[in-house]
Amino acid sequence: MVQQQAAVLSPEALVQEFKQNGVTHVVTIPDSETNYLYELMKEEPWLEIVPASREGETFAISLGLLVAGKTPVVLIQNTGMMESGDSIRGMVLDAGFPLVRVVGYRGWNRHGVITDSAATYTEPFLNAFRINYYLVEQNDDSPRITTAFEEARATKRPVAILVGDEYHGFNR
Amino acid sequence: MIQSADVFRVFQEHRGDAIVIPTGTSGRHWREFSTDESRDLNLGGAMGQTTSAALGLALGLPDEKVVLFDSEGALLMNMGILATIAGMKPENFCHILLDNECYATTGGQPVPNAQDINYAGVAKEAGYTSAYSFEDLEEFATNVEQIMKDTGPVFVAIKVVPEVENEPIGMRVRVPTRSRAETIRDLQAELGISAD
Repeated sequence: MVQQQAAVLSPEALVQEFKQNGVTHVVTIPDSETNYLYELMKEEPWLEIVPASREGETFAISLGLLVAGKTPVVLIQNTGMMESGDSIRGMVLDAGFPLVRVVGYRGWNRHGVITDSAATYTEPFLNAFRINYYLVEQNDDSPRITTAFEEARATKRPVAILVGDEYHGFNR
Repeated sequence: MIQSADVFRVFQEHRGDAIVIPTGTSGRHWREFSTDESRDLNLGGAMGQTTSAALGLALGLPDEKVVLFDSEGALLMNMGILATIAGMKPENFCHILLDNECYATTGGQPVPNAQDINYAGVAKEAGYTSAYSFEDLEEFATNVEQIMKDTGPVFVAIKVVPEVENEPIGMRVRVPTRSRAETIRDLQAELGISAD
């Protein structure tokens, strides 16, 4: 019997997508499953990590960086995104800048029953704010990340990447 | 307590070419004194998040002095930003808090622990490089030159007289000002930052 290795989105692939799309700053509150990604990003000289105290800050800090001509990315978990509603409204949607957010999709799974309300409300939340999103689960999906950046730049709107990391590829 | 207009009158003499971000009821007086509108920026738009946006600007423009005139009601909504700012250590950032001890736009209800909280103490212990408190205009005027020279992040708490608004919002007199988008566009043009 051949055991198939679980397909994952490697943190290296995500960092490569950031580099390819000219990201200068990652504004973040660590997700429970992103410790290796954090370590990897810290090693990149072209990337500055801005650790925030609450997720609502991440969108406003990003607005300031965008005004300054930088290319930030917000990296948070879905729970924190939902905490950030007013900041997303006032500092992102109303501001008319392109901003990609990478959101850890806590509670999501492809093969079972979703029981975590964090996952239950993630996509309805994004739909309520009329924010388009792409699900990324494994390295083969990583071109969607570039698609998200291109869409954000073309529309000057936020776009979300939902990391459905069922196999915890960011955690080592 | 100090009249907020007097704070701005004194500050303007020491502004240099700093980017200035005014917020709150007290902040409206800045436009009466500013002599360089192209470097005045409106970053309001979400509850308590102007401070965060000002930090982002300071991080993105490390060669520009960034001065934020914050309000205590807004800061209380997101006090964790003090730790975020202190952690990032933006040397070009000056954070001035105009503390009128109340929510002036909603009728003057006191903010939590309005009279006893020590904002400069909180900022200093959070890790700001230096922190000042003023209740006297002359004392502020004596120190403002040094404050503008200090390596950031610098925090300055100033007690100001509340200018409470009680009229229904629809009946309040509004002075036309540039929108947030217009101030962003003008600043980017001033600094040669591409808007695309």
